[in-house]
Amino acid sequence: MANITVQEQDVLIKEQGYNDHFHDHHHGDKYQTNFIFHYIFSMDHKMIARQFLITGMIWAIIGAAMSVVFRLQLGFPEESLTWIKPFLGKWIVVDASTGIGKLAPEFYYALVTMHGTILVFFVLTAGLSGTFSNLLIPLQLGARDMASPFMNMLSYWFFFLAGIVMFYSLFLSTGPFSGGWVAYPPLSALPQASSGSGTGMTLWIVSLVLFVVSVLLGGINYITTVLNLRTKGMSLWRMPLTIWAFFVTAILGLLSFPVLASGFFMLVFDRSLGTSFFLSDIFIAGQALDRVGGSPILYQHLFWFLGHPEVYIIILPAMGLVSEVLSVHARKPIFGYRAMVYSILAIGFLSFIVWAHHMFMSGVNPFISNFFVIFTLIIAVPSAVKVFNWITTLYGGNLRLNTPMLFAIGFVSMFISGGLTGIFLGNSAIDIQMHDTYFVVAHFHIVMGVAAFFGMFAGVYHWFPKMYGRFMNETLGKIHFWGTMISAYAIFWPMHYIGMAGVPRRYYSFDNFDAFRHFTDMNKFITVFAIISFFVQLVFVINFFYSIWYGKKMKTKNPWEANTLEWTTPIEPIHGNWPGNLPVVHRWAYDYNKDEREFVQQHVPLKEGEVGDH
Amino acid sequence: MENVINNRNRIHPHKFALWAAMASISMMFGAFTSAYIVKQAAGNWLEFSFPYEFYWSTAVILLSSVTLHYSFSNFRNKEEKKYKQLLIASLGLGITFVVLQYLGWTALYERGVDLKGNVSGSFFYLLSGIHALHVLGGIAAMIVAMLHAYTLKFNVTEKRINRFDLVVNYWHFVDFLWIYLVIFLLMSK
Repeated sequence: MANITVQEQDVLIKEQGYNDHFHDHHHGDKYQTNFIFHYIFSMDHKMIARQFLITGMIWAIIGAAMSVVFRLQLGFPEESLTWIKPFLGKWIVVDASTGIGKLAPEFYYALVTMHGTILVFFVLTAGLSGTFSNLLIPLQLGARDMASPFMNMLSYWFFFLAGIVMFYSLFLSTGPFSGGWVAYPPLSALPQASSGSGTGMTLWIVSLVLFVVSVLLGGINYITTVLNLRTKGMSLWRMPLTIWAFFVTAILGLLSFPVLASGFFMLVFDRSLGTSFFLSDIFIAGQALDRVGGSPILYQHLFWFLGHPEVYIIILPAMGLVSEVLSVHARKPIFGYRAMVYSILAIGFLSFIVWAHHMFMSGVNPFISNFFVIFTLIIAVPSAVKVFNWITTLYGGNLRLNTPMLFAIGFVSMFISGGLTGIFLGNSAIDIQMHDTYFVVAHFHIVMGVAAFFGMFAGVYHWFPKMYGRFMNETLGKIHFWGTMISAYAIFWPMHYIGMAGVPRRYYSFDNFDAFRHFTDMNKFITVFAIISFFVQLVFVINFFYSIWYGKKMKTKNPWEANTLEWTTPIEPIHGNWPGNLPVVHRWAYDYNKDEREFVQQHVPLKEGEVGDH
Repeated sequence: MENVINNRNRIHPHKFALWAAMASISMMFGAFTSAYIVKQAAGNWLEFSFPYEFYWSTAVILLSSVTLHYSFSNFRNKEEKKYKQLLIASLGLGITFVVLQYLGWTALYERGVDLKGNVSGSFFYLLSGIHALHVLGGIAAMIVAMLHAYTLKFNVTEKRINRFDLVVNYWHFVDFLWIYLVIFLLMSK
């Protein structure tokens, strides 16, 4: 730490901060000194955040490329796909007489399954909450690092291992698991059920168990850090909304992923040890299996007890990031801070008692459904509170329409569009028509897929200077935003119509159905925009890696003139985050345009007579 | 790792993290037992009585919690000898618990309750089996505590109290978990 001179330190932190004796002893070689411990087995939360982000990006590209392949099949079922044969090999079946290559139907299902698994777990759970919880929790709370940096490192490496296992399964000769990302039995429980149900499913479940371990290690750490390592003055009610969101997300993960794990254990017993938890009355090729007494619905209950909180595990961090970005770039305090916190808590609580709305049509008692309908619709209340507060924050603000802000506003737009269709689907009666159609696909892609991505992009563009000391290119960023915004709506808006007409999801081809044949043009339209959207994301990837090395350098500590503590740390990140004392917090994070001051950082003491907080 | 510990707090962050992990494990067993209730209500459910081994194992794990508790309090009171003896006793009782569980499973199997048979039997093996895995984790932690007791110089420091406290907490937790499972299984008959 000797190379950091006293002059560079923030005078306020030096004079008013408090000394936790962190720098009194030398931390030795385990953190920063050599390449392996600096970049690979790092225990520094800022490095682990970047590891999560880049691994998540690689998975996002793989998952998105898969969606392009199955969209080609859906949009252009007559066209030859022989040109992808070099990548997909035997999964493109070439007709010897005509030379036309077709996507193998079983691989279509594998692609759909993997797309879902990868995007939900690897990208939007690990890539989003892993990245930003790691980066921002210690920085925004004024902590030196996570409560257990070692567990934090393990969390990343379990995620990495889960990724390796899943990646390996893509290359199996029988193909990866193909029974849908929810892995319902019997397709997941009987190895003989389909080609992907054998080794593919075994690796899928191994990968996801490793993933659950990663989430739990991370989540325990996030919760402990938030509750135990806040700096002086950082009361819970002074925490930025990002931290509130990550905190509740971690609690949801901690309480719901173990339930998924128990479902998986029972599934493993059914697959490998011959039990019948989820199996009953199954006939294969006319032969009855000797498994009796189980219930596949039981698995669905266990799965969706995670599955529903999982969508909030995905969307809450995005909400937190957006709240922060909107407030900073609108130069206004977030509207209704306490209401925002209470709505995060309410959403978190409600997410645990609505899971059966995913199962209205799978044989759940309709009277029980009523209960779930009511609680599902009640979620609209805290969600609407958040939306109105975001809009009110924007209203009359001095908006800076830069890329992070555009993505944050785009998030609000997507969340409204996708949230409204949730009100349709939350009704068990309407669900009789809508279930398992493209309406559902459109709903969840907009509300938790695209919206979560928008939140993530807002976060990446906003905190990129904190991560790499440089800015991302604005022009490319705006191309990325408008390209994504337009193509996302162009992809998912038409799906609502297709879905209302009753077109089922997950079908390989609609050629044989008179009722669905006239949607050919719409499917083409969707596919074209899916391809455009894919290439627009590559603009982001190029921008990201280019800017790491050649982006515009960050000259000041606080380029966005934001209030939160991460912008008081040195431009060149160090282990322990603050070179000398830790900052002491005197106010909430949203003092923008207060008493003729444009912004007042959290560690600035209250002036005489100034009323603090909110 | 100690670097980041903030002394303002009454509960040690590692202990808090352990409690969070225990909440997480509780959710898993909550899920198993909920699934048990749902499946039982759905019918096709055979009842069976437990072999006596399981009652003995319950007594043994309760006793091991008591001995470990006194081992910890002796450690804090710098009673080296009692601390070590009680720690060995706890470890021995912990291993005895797992052995008794194994004997119980064999006895159960001999009575015709098979893992592959009726779901009620599958659930019993599942609950007690996954619980036993967690106990093995606790035994591993106690072995580490033993190594500390016999290789390190006897010295009652804040750090070592905290470390031992984690082991004791976790062991009480697996004990409590087993009591919960026994009561649950007996009540749901």
